[in-house]
Amino acid sequence: MLGILRQRAIDGGLAASTLRRTRFALVSARSYAAGAKEMTIRDALNSAIDEEMSADPKVFVMGEEVGQYQGAYKITKGLLEKYGPERVYDTPITEAGFTGIGVGAAYAGLKPVVEFMTFNFSMQAIDHIINSAAKSNYMSAGQINVPIVFRGPNGAAAGVGAQHSQCYAAWYASVPGLKVLAPYSAEDARGLLKAAIRDPDPVVFLENELLYGESFPISEEALDSSFCLPIGKAKIEREGKDVTIVTFSKMVGFALKAAEKLAEEGISAEVINLRSIRPLDRATINASVRKTSRLVTVEEGFPQHGVCAEICASVVEESFSYLDAPVERIAGADVPMPYAANLERLALPQIEDIVRASKRACYRSK
Amino acid sequence: MAIWFARSKNLVSSLRHNLNLSTILNKRDYFPRPIFYTTSQLSSTSFLSPVTSLRHESTAVETQPDHLVQIDEDDGQELDFPGGKVGYTSEMKFIPESSSRRIPCYRVLDEDGRIIPDSDFIPVSEKLAVRMYEQMATLQVMDHIFYEAQRQGRISFYLTSVGEEAINIASAAALSPDDVVLPQYREPGVLLWRGFTLEEFANQCFGNKADYGKGRQMPIHYGSNRLNYFTISSPIATQLPQAAGVGYSLKMDKKNACAVTFIGDGGTSEGDFHAGLNFAAVMEAPVVFICRNNGWAISTHISEQFRSDGIVVKGQAYGIRSIRVDGNDALAVYSAVRSAREMAVTEQRPVLIEAMTYRVGHHSTSDDSTKYRAADEIQYWKMSRNPVNRFRKWVEDNGWWSEEDESKLRSNARKQLLQAIQAAEKWEKQPLTELFNDVYDVKPKNLEEQELGLKELVEKQPQDYPPGFHV
Repeated sequence: MLGILRQRAIDGGLAASTLRRTRFALVSARSYAAGAKEMTIRDALNSAIDEEMSADPKVFVMGEEVGQYQGAYKITKGLLEKYGPERVYDTPITEAGFTGIGVGAAYAGLKPVVEFMTFNFSMQAIDHIINSAAKSNYMSAGQINVPIVFRGPNGAAAGVGAQHSQCYAAWYASVPGLKVLAPYSAEDARGLLKAAIRDPDPVVFLENELLYGESFPISEEALDSSFCLPIGKAKIEREGKDVTIVTFSKMVGFALKAAEKLAEEGISAEVINLRSIRPLDRATINASVRKTSRLVTVEEGFPQHGVCAEICASVVEESFSYLDAPVERIAGADVPMPYAANLERLALPQIEDIVRASKRACYRSK
Repeated sequence: MAIWFARSKNLVSSLRHNLNLSTILNKRDYFPRPIFYTTSQLSSTSFLSPVTSLRHESTAVETQPDHLVQIDEDDGQELDFPGGKVGYTSEMKFIPESSSRRIPCYRVLDEDGRIIPDSDFIPVSEKLAVRMYEQMATLQVMDHIFYEAQRQGRISFYLTSVGEEAINIASAAALSPDDVVLPQYREPGVLLWRGFTLEEFANQCFGNKADYGKGRQMPIHYGSNRLNYFTISSPIATQLPQAAGVGYSLKMDKKNACAVTFIGDGGTSEGDFHAGLNFAAVMEAPVVFICRNNGWAISTHISEQFRSDGIVVKGQAYGIRSIRVDGNDALAVYSAVRSAREMAVTEQRPVLIEAMTYRVGHHSTSDDSTKYRAADEIQYWKMSRNPVNRFRKWVEDNGWWSEEDESKLRSNARKQLLQAIQAAEKWEKQPLTELFNDVYDVKPKNLEEQELGLKELVEKQPQDYPPGFHV
């Protein structure tokens, strides 16, 4: 398990760029403000953790390889040198163990940021996340709060097979007591991670491995150390009037590209980046659907009981009379993720799928 | 202060001697002969009950009596491996799966409540001893009455600590109020010692408006922020790595306190036991792990739980100092926990205590243990090996307690409990608004909407809700 992931861990330099090239290409067209700064997701996350650790001595990082190795994906690079081994703690290999320890430390007043090498491994610790972290404030009637952040890559990467590719957004977002966030851009990554670390409730922070190396423009405001995004508010990435595309994480990039393709055919798509899976910003989603009358939701995870199912239910319940077409749901294939590159591509939503679904919702194709 | 420090040093050094576990077979017994243990041999050498030892006939490698370790070291050379230097030998020897002699059990009082001559122990004042006894007896009465209340249908569930009163009270007495306790679920005595009142216990069991848990949890899931006692959580052993985390937090804050956590014999099979102990040792966290080895995990006897010599031998596997103590001897438990606590705080290390005892009661009110163990086994432990009676004899022999004190205490406790139950029963339950509070630190919008919706529904359709239902 560790062996596979070490291959994927980016070391900077030649290895990194090679990996990036062989990965499934994400060519995203962005509009640049003249002289705007750019930041990779990796740097965005690193700077967010760094700033929060600097501001609050109770914040500490723990996880496998976070210290000496600089982080399996280099997200915690430089933190060990800066803050020392007491605050950047390399754990033995036991997700159940270090998650339990993190929860215990949070009970006692510290603010742990627990890294899972991927959220697939969080299943070995899920009892602590749900039964000890999520439910504690409620069960103790407010006496025990758990200001902990669980973060790590979630969902499909590239060629890592079934046990390294599952998306956990739907699982965690179904649990009351947890907050579940999924950033897309560098601004999202900084603002949401800072908000998560400052939040007194347990937060599950779902990153995406393939996005770590992606650069995004970032405003001066977002670079400020006090920058913070509100939890529970979705962002309209692109305004439109014909169809609403709702998604999160890497699929936001796909949706934006799909929107460009649709624009060429005269369909104006509105793209909503959820940012927050729980609490879900139903207000923004429904307001948009009431404007466009059509809904397409996209996620990489398994289709049954997924995030898209919840969004569709919410729209059908609250905006039924505004809908001009049946709601469309695009999700990963209902199979454990295959390894072979061609099969993997077939198992995940592609830009063409989003374009097709949007056109279908606009009655422009079958 | 100086005196008892000296005593504890003696304890530590004698512990070190007794814990020398590395027995290696002698050269002349290179080819060990398997022997069959008879039932009677097993019963005398192990902690099995007469009933279940029949299941435990096994073949066992003949082991040599413990004596000084004899390793044939070649040239005194040492090999350098990750983890340090280790001497090597050309003799192929397997460390036996068990020592021929079990780790002895530390105790101070004999079964008649008399101090065994030349015992190491930390002296206990009259005031402390009397308070300890009173609390042990109160715990007994509390368990009895709440159990009966459940049987009468007044509360839905209860779990007793019968037979484990010494562990509960003596360990609590040995700790400082700043020490953070992460219990399993059979340690209400620790909370009682720290000041949780009988009324507070009753309120939690009834889940009424006065319950600090606001009716969110089953009975016996008590907790108190103020008394540094974490709310009981049902999944087993999750509190162990959490205790390591709490210990780490105390270490980072440089507090004069440690984390203390309890687990049963069955709970040590959980993965979290391994993670918690391993971690606490690696992090050098001040944690005292107290294992109540009471012989039973619901219907699973310890012979089906592990094949090691109990829990104490596992300490060394993690690099943790450990001791086996007679859990039914209040003075021994007090001394052991007090010493362990000091070690944990001053040396910033975890310590493991295995307290041997017996679960006299059923696992809980959902269990009938006569279905899987002999009624006379239960009777034997209840009558002849009772920790409360044993301590009482010692306290009475010192002239600190009388029959009169006894009957007064028990009748007062009983009266107070019955009143507490009657009052708790009559207290109204939580209002509807408490359904949606505390899910998060700040109530999110979706819950505000749901709460409003439910309020409106209750007002619109009162006939569907119980009379006097509070919104």
